[in-house]
Amino acid sequence: MTLTITLEFSGGMELLFNNEKSKQVTLPETFTPGSATLKELLPWVRDNLLTERAELFMQGETVRPGILVLINDADWELEGELEYVIKDRDTIVFISTLHGG
Amino acid sequence: MPKLCVLCNAQRAVLKRPKTAQQICRDCFYAVFETEVHNTILHNNLFQRGDKVAIAASGGKDSTVLAHVMTTLNDRYNYGLDLCLLSVDEGITGYRDDSLETVKRNEQQYKIPLKIVSYAELYGWSMDAIVKEIGMKNNCTFCGVFRRQALDRGAALLGVDHIVTGHNADDIAETVLMNILRGDFSRLQRCTSIRTATDETIPRSKPFKYTYEKEIVMYAYFKKLDYFSTECIYSPNAYRGYARAFLKDLEAVRPSAIMDIIHSGEAWESKVEVKMGAKGKDGKVAVGSCERCGYMSSQKLCKACVLLEGLNKGLPKVAIGNSAKYRDSTRPGAKPPTHDALPISSTTTTTPIPTTTTTAPSTSTIAPSSSTSQTTPTPTPTAPLTPHLRCKKCRTRLVPLTSLSTHDQGTGQSAFGFRKRDAALEVATRCQSHHVAETDVDWIAGVADGSRTEDKVLCPNNTCAVKLGAWSWAGKVFAKMRMFREVAKC
Repeated sequence: MTLTITLEFSGGMELLFNNEKSKQVTLPETFTPGSATLKELLPWVRDNLLTERAELFMQGETVRPGILVLINDADWELEGELEYVIKDRDTIVFISTLHGG
Repeated sequence: MPKLCVLCNAQRAVLKRPKTAQQICRDCFYAVFETEVHNTILHNNLFQRGDKVAIAASGGKDSTVLAHVMTTLNDRYNYGLDLCLLSVDEGITGYRDDSLETVKRNEQQYKIPLKIVSYAELYGWSMDAIVKEIGMKNNCTFCGVFRRQALDRGAALLGVDHIVTGHNADDIAETVLMNILRGDFSRLQRCTSIRTATDETIPRSKPFKYTYEKEIVMYAYFKKLDYFSTECIYSPNAYRGYARAFLKDLEAVRPSAIMDIIHSGEAWESKVEVKMGAKGKDGKVAVGSCERCGYMSSQKLCKACVLLEGLNKGLPKVAIGNSAKYRDSTRPGAKPPTHDALPISSTTTTTPIPTTTTTAPSTSTIAPSSSTSQTTPTPTPTAPLTPHLRCKKCRTRLVPLTSLSTHDQGTGQSAFGFRKRDAALEVATRCQSHHVAETDVDWIAGVADGSRTEDKVLCPNNTCAVKLGAWSWAGKVFAKMRMFREVAKC
């Protein structure tokens, strides 16, 4: 059993991801369903999907301040942030907040 | 087990409010978000019924959400406002041209008219051309100064009573930080006010002053609002970026930091006497108007005209720093007016102005200077500059070196009788006095009318007015202006 999730990038975030706004990915088997968390997902996204400027995506082990993360359309602050356990068919959205809007 | 909204206790919470740490659902979020803006508008009496209000729209998240919320609130609470969208086209290919498409869609979606004013039309220079000329270092200075005027000019064309901008709480907190880091105390006082208005200009306000950027982005995301999101291609070197990164780090640790910084900025207001530029006799800041374009300015020339003069002369960088010398249009080689004198205030409009077309090529009412090519403005040849004595502080030109008459240096203490000499006063330095014809220094008070024979010498630049030395009359004006700095070049 593997985890398949949808990642969405908006607010300028898509520029770091080859201009793809939405992407369905199947996570490799190192992600154990029921215990894999966002903490593991973020570096994997950075190493496998990000196409440029890694420093604009992550800072330390979390996302760069100013990037909003939504898990199934809810603020990740409500879902435990990095400790959130990924479920199959989750949708995770990354939105960059830019100055000058 | 989904968490429930703390307000309605019925639906799933989707958002943790940074301001209050409340966990709320989507509908309650819309309600509190809109109500807060409504309260901000009411509490600060931003508008009068029947006002014509321009929404400064860039196509980005803030202005898109602002346009949405303003139209929503205007209908819901019956403000009776006549809304319109106002955009500035800086002429940045790959950035502004795309975002203006978003604004054009907003025009359709919200059914409010749109007006676009362009830098090329107003100033004869697009940002692309400016960056080509000056590079990426100070381009944001030009853009910011020009945008401020462009919005006012556009607003005057539309005949609006009020401009609203999408500045949010994060922007204002950043500005507070930047003004602290720069030591710009007079701006620090002004930057937190929700409404800026003087007699000369159209009032501006920021209904999102207390609204977090995070909530604006969430609102746009949940409402699926159509906004444009690309960082300006010329901004990576802007100083604001550092303040912004710092602020975001602070917010991550303690979300209330943003409100706290704004509060700090407000608390400083009016507590400290700040020396401002041109002070009148009553100690108040004299706000006059620019000699060239009529725009509000505390100096002879407004900042935009100073920057433009630098650009048109091919010396753009000099105008960025201390610009006093560029404002002196009476000096040799000064150029005639460079950019048009479009009337700013809607009440003083005398020339016919195209109000219907938005992107049409400039018509005859636009200044002659902008009818030349936009990308290759011809620098005006300047007369060769002669070396001058200049103010030690603001470098205003005082007396041309060529009009100084030579004189023999005195013999110092040996001129006195032996017993009256004072060895302590014997200094082996060159005489630092200058002999000048009185017609060359008629700017020194009392010289022209002969009412004085000696006095101190103050810098003629009113905003500087530093003491430069002393003078006394002896056939020619004998001014002991030891403070003057001679500058070999110009």
